[in-house]
Amino acid sequence: MFESLTDKLQAVFKRLGKRGVLREADVDEVLREIRLALLEADVHYKVVKDFIARVRERAVGAEITKSLTPAQQVVKIVREELVKTLGEPGRLELKGPAPYVIMLVGLQGSGKTTMAAKLARYLRHNGHFPMMVAADTYRPAAITQLEVLGRQLEIPVHSEGPSVPPPRICANGIQEARRRGCDVVILDTAGRLQINQEMMRELEEVKRTVKPVEVLLVADAMTGQEAVNVAAGFHQQVGLTGLILTKVDGDARGGAAISMRSVTGVPIKFLGTGEKTDALELFHPDRLASRILGMGDVLTLIERAEAAFDAEQAARLEQKLREATFDLEDFLEQLRQVRKMGPLTQILDMIPGLGRLAQSISPEVTDRQFKHVEAIILSMTPEERRNPRIINSSRKKRIARGSGTTVQEVNALLRQFRQMQDLMKQVGKGKKGLRGMLGMFG
Amino acid sequence: MLLAPLTVSAMVVGIAQSIKEGLTRTRNAIFSRIAGLLGASEVTAATWEELEELLIQADVGVETTLHLVERLRRRASAEAIIRADALQAALREELRALLPSPSPLNLGNRPLDVILVVGVNGSGKTTSIAKLAYFYRQQGRRVLLAAADTFRAAATDQLSIWAERAGVNVITGAPGGDPGAVIFDSLQAARARGMDMVIADTAGRLHTQYNLMAELRKVRRVAAQNVAGAPHETLLVLDATTGQNALSQARHFLEAVEVTGVILAKLDSTAKGGMVFAISRELGLPVRFVGTGEKIGDLAPFDPDAFIAGLFDET
Ligand SMILES: Nc1nc2c(ncn2[C@@H]2O[C@H](COP(=O)(O)OP(=O)(O)OP(=O)(O)O)[C@@H](O)[C@H]2O)c(=O)[nH]1
Ligand SMILES: [Mg+2]
Repeated sequence: MFESLTDKLQAVFKRLGKRGVLREADVDEVLREIRLALLEADVHYKVVKDFIARVRERAVGAEITKSLTPAQQVVKIVREELVKTLGEPGRLELKGPAPYVIMLVGLQGSGKTTMAAKLARYLRHNGHFPMMVAADTYRPAAITQLEVLGRQLEIPVHSEGPSVPPPRICANGIQEARRRGCDVVILDTAGRLQINQEMMRELEEVKRTVKPVEVLLVADAMTGQEAVNVAAGFHQQVGLTGLILTKVDGDARGGAAISMRSVTGVPIKFLGTGEKTDALELFHPDRLASRILGMGDVLTLIERAEAAFDAEQAARLEQKLREATFDLEDFLEQLRQVRKMGPLTQILDMIPGLGRLAQSISPEVTDRQFKHVEAIILSMTPEERRNPRIINSSRKKRIARGSGTTVQEVNALLRQFRQMQDLMKQVGKGKKGLRGMLGMFG
Repeated sequence: MLLAPLTVSAMVVGIAQSIKEGLTRTRNAIFSRIAGLLGASEVTAATWEELEELLIQADVGVETTLHLVERLRRRASAEAIIRADALQAALREELRALLPSPSPLNLGNRPLDVILVVGVNGSGKTTSIAKLAYFYRQQGRRVLLAAADTFRAAATDQLSIWAERAGVNVITGAPGGDPGAVIFDSLQAARARGMDMVIADTAGRLHTQYNLMAELRKVRRVAAQNVAGAPHETLLVLDATTGQNALSQARHFLEAVEVTGVILAKLDSTAKGGMVFAISRELGLPVRFVGTGEKIGDLAPFDPDAFIAGLFDET
């Protein structure tokens, strides 16, 4: 079930696991898979090449640590390099005399206007008095869009007619911010292609006029190979201080982040994770690394689980799982706790390899399924729950009737439960355990 | 800590899966074959690598690139291709074969045509609709726009300004209102005013947002209930700068609202839009139009040969 890279690497590791040394051939075999995963995640071809070369150099020369198998060691290096490439999360650098000017730039449709509102809201939350400036005079109704957002958030917006040149609007906006006592000014500029010289010159002029402390490139997480040219183009012509990745709430792997980081060297500062103005997140390199590698967002999952679960109880159940004494009663208990963690589709999204599954299933279907499973287990006698093997066809009929489900559904549950027990037995025998398997990268 | 929720979740899904057939695909089998392809080659190893680089950098994607390279390798040995330029010509043919000429658009055969336009946030829907309206008006069609994006701030104002530029009328609804109601009103108005084409704008939405996709299905139903066979075309607007995620977008929108074709916007950027090969190959969706700028005339019917030539352009 855990397809994609995790699966693939597991197979490689199994073969490699038995050997004691890290040979060049072993390294290459792992790196081949990593390379393809990165390309699939939209990391730029050349960036992948350099990256793989770096990892290879480190890996082949690496000393073998006792605690790791050779293959784990390669993966550890891959992950370290990836996290290093993604860099430390950047924070807004508001220094010098106020008002601090933050300039948002980027391609058309990357999400600048929404991001302006999100940043304004975030800054206000952190004790600032932000103002937004509508400097997109090109896209029809872009000014109105920012004004509407400003009204909704009760954050002042400076705007002028669409025939006023943007550098002037920005300069006037800053004057107004001073008058009103606002300490941060966020400029929403028009989307433009980095190859449009006239439009790029306009950005330069805005920058010269307003002397921003931050020039942030707002880029769509779904961007493909062009991310490199876009980021390089904006950086060379305007000079960036940071990157923001938007639409991260989708299912894009976000490899563009690596491309843009590598070519500009400026830090990633924020992630946009939804259409609402509070959907702004700080950037965690390790999480993004997992996502790009297709490993799921294991860290977020662990955090959520920790919030929802009683640690001792969870440890006890995990022990049971490992010893394969986990019965349907325990299962029911788990089921109820999982529900506390949030919608199942969201949880699945964070699990390596299950993201795609999550998308193919509606929240309603899983919710109904949860209820069915619960009803089925509740219709069993305590003895049946502890020992599902005794459930014969007449018992199944009774359970189905009692739970308002069908015998097929009861069968499906029992079959799945058996499969899960089998899987657990295998995991229990292995040294690493399922957690080790999944946590391979973390 | 992690183990238990994982297994439980996985199991519940497993059951849901056995009941409802979902989509799981494994590409990995093909992944490992690339290595073999790159090693030995008929031309030179470097030629193959260049080809691969060209395709990957055009966002053609790993899987389709592998498919193409494999086919080329077979052809190279079968047809004894030894020159790199001959290989490139063969590649063009293979690419062309992935974009079969579609049947004409399902428009113009009835009193009222309905076109529904969908896509993720910021892909270029509203602008493309304005261009489409202008395009069809030039051909003498009587076009009415439906501003069914009631969600995004000022989306209606944006479409209204475009409508004016295109010289067509637009039916709007209240901000935050029901997009289905806007469609309904637009279809009524189109009939009353003797219009013969309605093009509906919808709010951008990520294909992973289940509720918003359900809303879109409802919009589609409203069209179907009011005009026989509507929407007659459902066009997905993709941003040419999008990478591999475009396939996921196409798959989800296709499943939700039976997309019939693609508009590839922003092809004036430096991006090549190579993901349409996978979309055509795997989903059979034809590209209908390309967007080439921000002006109202910047829309052209898709020309596969020009598009393929663009892949080989140095930019
Ligand atoms: N260069 C270029 N820009 C385009 C093209 N099509 C659209 N755009 C720009 O892309 C940005 C977003 O376009 P919209 O039409 O508003 O996109 P949308 O999909 O309606 O956006 P939402 O409704 O917010 O989801 C605007 O700035 C457009 O001017 C194109 O073909 N080329
Ligand atoms: Mg729109």
